[in-house]
Amino acid sequence: MGAEFVQFSLTPILIGTFAAIACALPGNFLILRRQALIGDAISHVVLPGIVVAFLLTGTVAALPMLLGAGGAALVAVVLIEAIRRVGRIEPGAAMGVVFTALFAGGVLLLEQSDTSRVHLDVEHALMGNLETLIWLRAGDGWASLADPVALAHLPDELPRMAVAAALIAALTVIFWRPLKLSTFDEGFARAIGLPVSAIGLGLVIAAAVAAVAAFDAVGSIIVIAMFICPPAAARLMTNSLARQVWLSVGFATLSAVAGYVLAGYGPLWLGFDNAVSAAGMIATVSGVILGLACLFGPHRRRVGVAAGA
Amino acid sequence: MAAFLDALFLQAGYNAALVAIGAALLGFAAGTAGTFLFLRKRALVSDAVAHATLPGVGIAFLVMVAIGGEGRSLAGLLLGSALSAFAGLWLVEWIARATRLSEDAAIGAVLSVFFGLGVVLLTVIQTLDRGRQAGLEDFLLGSTAGMLLQDAMIIAGGGAAVVAVIWALRRPMTLVAFDPGYAAATGIDTRRIDLAMMGLVMAVTVIGLKLVGLILIVALLIIPSVTARFWTDRVERVLWTAGLLGAAAGYVGAALSASAPDLPTGPIIVLIAAGLFALSLLFAPARGVLAAILSRRRFQARVHRRQGLLALTRAEPIHDPLTIRILRREGLIRPDGVPTDEGRALAAKIARDERRWDIARQVHQDTSLTGRYDGLTPIEEVFAPDEIADFDARLGPPQPVGG
Repeated sequence: MGAEFVQFSLTPILIGTFAAIACALPGNFLILRRQALIGDAISHVVLPGIVVAFLLTGTVAALPMLLGAGGAALVAVVLIEAIRRVGRIEPGAAMGVVFTALFAGGVLLLEQSDTSRVHLDVEHALMGNLETLIWLRAGDGWASLADPVALAHLPDELPRMAVAAALIAALTVIFWRPLKLSTFDEGFARAIGLPVSAIGLGLVIAAAVAAVAAFDAVGSIIVIAMFICPPAAARLMTNSLARQVWLSVGFATLSAVAGYVLAGYGPLWLGFDNAVSAAGMIATVSGVILGLACLFGPHRRRVGVAAGA
Repeated sequence: MAAFLDALFLQAGYNAALVAIGAALLGFAAGTAGTFLFLRKRALVSDAVAHATLPGVGIAFLVMVAIGGEGRSLAGLLLGSALSAFAGLWLVEWIARATRLSEDAAIGAVLSVFFGLGVVLLTVIQTLDRGRQAGLEDFLLGSTAGMLLQDAMIIAGGGAAVVAVIWALRRPMTLVAFDPGYAAATGIDTRRIDLAMMGLVMAVTVIGLKLVGLILIVALLIIPSVTARFWTDRVERVLWTAGLLGAAAGYVGAALSASAPDLPTGPIIVLIAAGLFALSLLFAPARGVLAAILSRRRFQARVHRRQGLLALTRAEPIHDPLTIRILRREGLIRPDGVPTDEGRALAAKIARDERRWDIARQVHQDTSLTGRYDGLTPIEEVFAPDEIADFDARLGPPQPVGG
């Protein structure tokens, strides 16, 4: 736990944790509203968004990437809604049509354009580059945290992800009551005058913001896994929404930290030389947590369904 | 262009021809298998199945290397992917059944976790000496480059087998998709049919891995059936239309991809399928966007025409520009707004029919007949001539209208 840890592991772990929390928070509500796969759809369409942004601006700077990804997410949501209403197609199928088509478009654009000189490819989009977000200037170990020169060389992704996570957390706290009401009893929420559709759309947009911010740093696997696994596991542990959200944050943090450590150090402990994909490992750990919750969670069964039914 | 035409007519070499035929068969199989999935409203289960193949590919490679093989045998990799896809499918069903999580949460959890595990295995494989050239990443997005003859044979043979099974099971699967309760009552084992359906989806996924890749095979399962749904309301037709659309996308996509570099097969096939979908969304009769706009405009025109004629019967001035335009186009009013003889006659008929309806409502207590009054349906379509003659007898002699 010395200088090397601060240089090579602290920042990726923090970024992974912030990303996981930012995704898990809206994930709680998406799962309760049976919209869990919105996260899946958004993280697929982010790819064409950033490719188009790159082709238009010629850079991989953060702002155009975020705008492009956000725009693509918005286009996808509008298209899904349009196909569902105009074609009278069930939402799952409409979603399947839109995100696969947009993703295919993104891959094709990527292959056709000259992106070899920048760090932009499909695998990066899927798996992220968490391992490369290191803090080389932190030569003094923990003391670097107080060193302004070293702090100035933190990877950009860290403050960005921290801001995104803080923003999502703040939104969750501010809109807690309307979110809770409209999620559990839409009819009642409408009756007392809450703008139910606007709340639903706002939730999807918040999820998109989380996905887009996290995607750049950690890739879409973590995004999808964190939208679903920690909240789903938490849902099996408790009947209280507040406790569920806190638990999901805990599970997300645990997945990010344990996943990164296992990916980075696990193979070494087993006698191999090379680390494995941190993004993949974080998703796997979150899956193990969910699996345990499915087997042993105190509230895993549906209320009113007999055991074994 | 010439290269594309060559590939389209199977002149671009033996392998390319086999790949194109294999892609067409795969597209057909995916379109038909996906139709049942779509009708059963479980389209996105295929997403979980597809992503769940990745760890199987990795494990199969590691096992084959461990027992001294080369690790690249397509048949072995596909077997591994089928096993892990089955595990993923079973987990989705188990989570949805045994816990209170809904099926979409189960799908998302399985697809992300299996995919994450697969990526971990891929990074393990990349560190092996033998793994560097394994090209397992090709399974993500599909690649026909360097495809061996026997690989193409597996794809073509597997596609044909899936189509044959769908042909054999099409009736029970249709029944189960539409009315599981009735199907069970007629003695069909719905669980087994559902299992067969998911088995077919799995087979399509596994066969398509090499060609389309696991991320996009979902598109081939979903898009053709959704597209076909726009064109017809009959199951059999949706089924075979979806198959043909899938086959067309597969064949043209494979040919296009073979004709130029930098055109990855999977995305091209998917984009062609998506193009067909977009065309159908816009132009399909009855359900398409254009048809919806046209029928709305026709309805609007009928309402305006009737309102205009009613105004004529009461000698009221017409101000609405659309109404004026419609009446003038049909020669019912003159440019100065005065009704023509034809307009007067039609207005008189409408006024008379309104009074006939009034009588009809007094005479008939049967709301299934009088309830059809919407102001647009001619009374002659609802009542028989002798009934109308009876209404007229109660109405009394005609009176002049329209000033």
